[in-house]
Amino acid sequence: MFFYAPLDVSQGFVQKIFYIHVPLAIVSLGGFIFGGVLAIGYLRTGDRAWDMRSYVAIHMALIFGVGGLITGSIWAKASWGHWWVWNEPTLVSFLIVLLLFATYQPMRFSIEDPERQSRYASVFAVVAGAFVPLNYLAVSLATAYVHPRVLTLNSANLPPSMGLVFVVSLVGITLLYVTLWKFEMAAKNARSQVRRLRRTLLGDDTVRPVGRSAAPS
Amino acid sequence: MSLLIASTPELPLGTSGKYVAAAYIVFVVLILVYVAIMAMRAQRLERELAELRRDVEEAKAAGSSPPDREHEAVL
Repeated sequence: MFFYAPLDVSQGFVQKIFYIHVPLAIVSLGGFIFGGVLAIGYLRTGDRAWDMRSYVAIHMALIFGVGGLITGSIWAKASWGHWWVWNEPTLVSFLIVLLLFATYQPMRFSIEDPERQSRYASVFAVVAGAFVPLNYLAVSLATAYVHPRVLTLNSANLPPSMGLVFVVSLVGITLLYVTLWKFEMAAKNARSQVRRLRRTLLGDDTVRPVGRSAAPS
Repeated sequence: MSLLIASTPELPLGTSGKYVAAAYIVFVVLILVYVAIMAMRAQRLERELAELRRDVEEAKAAGSSPPDREHEAVL
C-alpha cells in the first residue's frame, strides 16, 4: 500500500491512512450487523451458543470500531487540522453507532439471570444491528458533508491501482476479524467446557461461584 | 536486506509521515493489546484445566481406595 498505490493528488502521503481506516470502519459496521444476525439465531432456537457467537461478534466489532475511530481522528487532524468535526454526519453517526454498541456490555452486566440476559441482549443486538444500515442510508442522503465519498452504493471513485490495494486491505482486515472471532469463540467454548466438566465430575458444591458476568457462560 | 531497502522508492513522508505512522501504530497496538489479553486468559484457562485434572485425580483416588482396601483385606 505504501509503494504500489499511487500518491493521492490532493492529500498526498496522508491518504495512506485510508487503507486502514476505511476497512476498519466497514468491518466494524459489518460486525455489528453480523452480531444482530447471530442474535436472531438465539431468538429462534433458544440455544445459548448463538448468544455467545453474537456477543463475541459485537465485542470484536467494537474493538475494530475504536481502531477506525482513532485512525479516522488522526487522518482528520492531518487533513482538516481538527481531531474531530461535530457538524460532519459521517463522523457523528459512526460515533453514535459505536456508543450505542458500547452500552451492550453494561446492559448484559446489569442482568443477573443468564436466560434473561441472553434474551434481552439478543433483542438489543437485532434492533441495534438493523439501525446500522438505516444509519448509513440516512447519512448518504445528507448533503452537507466534508468527509470524502470514495465508496458509494453505485460505484467506487478510485483509480484501479488504489482500488486493488483497498480491496486487499479490506479482505485482510475482514480475515483478521474472522480469525480473532474464531479465536475468542474457541477460548470461550473451552472455558465453559472446563466449568461444565467441573460441575459434572466434582458436583455443584465444589465449583467456585462464577459471579456476575457480561459474557455468556 | 540492505539491497532491498536501497531498491525501494523513497516515501514522501513530509509532515504527514508522523500521522500515517501514528495511525498504523494505533492499529498494531490495538491488536497486540487484544492478543496479550487473550494470552493471559489462555494462561488462566490452562491453570483451571490443571486444577481440574488434579481435583479429578484426587476424587478418583479417594473413590477407588476403599474398594481396593476391601479387596486387599479379602485376599
